[in-house]
Amino acid sequence: MKGIGRYFIFISLLFVKRESFKTYFRQIVEECIIIGVDSLVIVTIVATFIGAVTTIQTAYNLVNPMIPDYIISVVVRDMTLLELAPTVTALIFAGKVGSNIAGELGTMRITEQIDALEVMGINSISFLALPKIIASILMYPMLVTLAAFLSIMGGYFAGTMAHVITPEDYIYGIRADFIEFNVAFALIKAVVFAILISSISSYKGYYTTGGALEVGKASTAAVTNSCIAILMADYLLAELLL
Amino acid sequence: MIEVKNITKSFDGKTVLHGIDGVFKPGITNLIIGTSGTGKSVLLKCMVGLIEPDEGEVTYDQRDFTHVDRNHRRDIRREIGMLFQGAALFDSKTVEENVKFPLDMLTKMPNDEKLDRVNLVLDRVGLENVNRKMPSELSGGMKKRVGIARAIVNQSKYLFCDEPNSGLDPETANLIDALIQEITIEYNITTIVVTHDMNSVMKIGENIMYMYNGQKLWEGNKNEILETEVPELHKFIYANQLVRALKAEGST
Repeated sequence: MKGIGRYFIFISLLFVKRESFKTYFRQIVEECIIIGVDSLVIVTIVATFIGAVTTIQTAYNLVNPMIPDYIISVVVRDMTLLELAPTVTALIFAGKVGSNIAGELGTMRITEQIDALEVMGINSISFLALPKIIASILMYPMLVTLAAFLSIMGGYFAGTMAHVITPEDYIYGIRADFIEFNVAFALIKAVVFAILISSISSYKGYYTTGGALEVGKASTAAVTNSCIAILMADYLLAELLL
Repeated sequence: MIEVKNITKSFDGKTVLHGIDGVFKPGITNLIIGTSGTGKSVLLKCMVGLIEPDEGEVTYDQRDFTHVDRNHRRDIRREIGMLFQGAALFDSKTVEENVKFPLDMLTKMPNDEKLDRVNLVLDRVGLENVNRKMPSELSGGMKKRVGIARAIVNQSKYLFCDEPNSGLDPETANLIDALIQEITIEYNITTIVVTHDMNSVMKIGENIMYMYNGQKLWEGNKNEILETEVPELHKFIYANQLVRALKAEGST
């Protein structure tokens, strides 16, 4: 409980006596590159293969001849939008970006770089963590959108190449009974997960004490806690919004 | 001038600073010395606000630093420069960006003026053609020089140095000591150096505070320190063979 309280104090300090947004602009752009652009490769690979595997496994499970083939792509589409693109990508994102944020801030803490900022009269929490959180909020929904598209495309190629579904059926299924809110739901999840991952990782890194060993522990804790928070938020959002 | 009054600090029930008092004047190098774990760095951190003291107060030119709100403290902090033990340069920034950082954050100076100021202070600390280098490309001594340049670039009125010689060879350590003293006199800064290096004490110790087990045991200057009767300080200074030799030479 003490940790949770400290986390909320950390969040409140993000907005107290912060520097001007002009100061943050360049940092946000740099963070967008680190957080967003540098995550493209891993997100592309994971999303494409998840879509491909989901298609093949759904086809494998649909053994009843009464069920039309296009249901395969309906399942792939809805699973991708509702769960796979926002949540599975979030778990990957937590592993890559979360550990990076915690490692960077942890190293800055143990090498007294954070103290140097404080001595200069700069709100170090706001200066270091706010650009990372804003960049995550900007970039993660884009990554989720890309992941959803690539996952559906991965399913299309895997399904048609394995001859478990025809291209026409796949496209028909993707369009059938489409609920537009599912896209909004995926993006809401993306924003919530981005805030959780970046803030928890910043918090863990910022309060690192000790040496190199503790920086490693902070990175691990950042990923673990982010994953738990993602799964809890995933359940809560599903209960509240669906 | 910086004044500390009755500074007391405990961690987990263990008192590490017992009511420390002291006055640190501008234009001279003030040293806080003592063995490792005696509370020197904690005192320094209490003075710059990185650690909150349990009791007591710190004033900068009669301006309270301890019991003021964040805004007032921020105003004073912007007049403080600090050289950290490991220099604490920002890894992701070049030397030029590191030194320019306080100007970017704390002033509205045009960029050309900032660069002129950066080059001036880098030149002052004896560094040339390093503007584009990253901290990882610098030696320990060069990092300390960049740290000093960053600390004085904003024309700081107060300079804190936490063990500026740690990890440096004796020659470079002498250069850093000399640089700190020269800058202190040149810009009339109130400089406080935390050290346990007796070479520094004998070279630049114009006002020395000796701490032992979280208490101030002695105060004086480098000429007086060799004549001390305080047993703990006596043991501390004569642990160094060079000082022993100097003392022996002086007495013959």
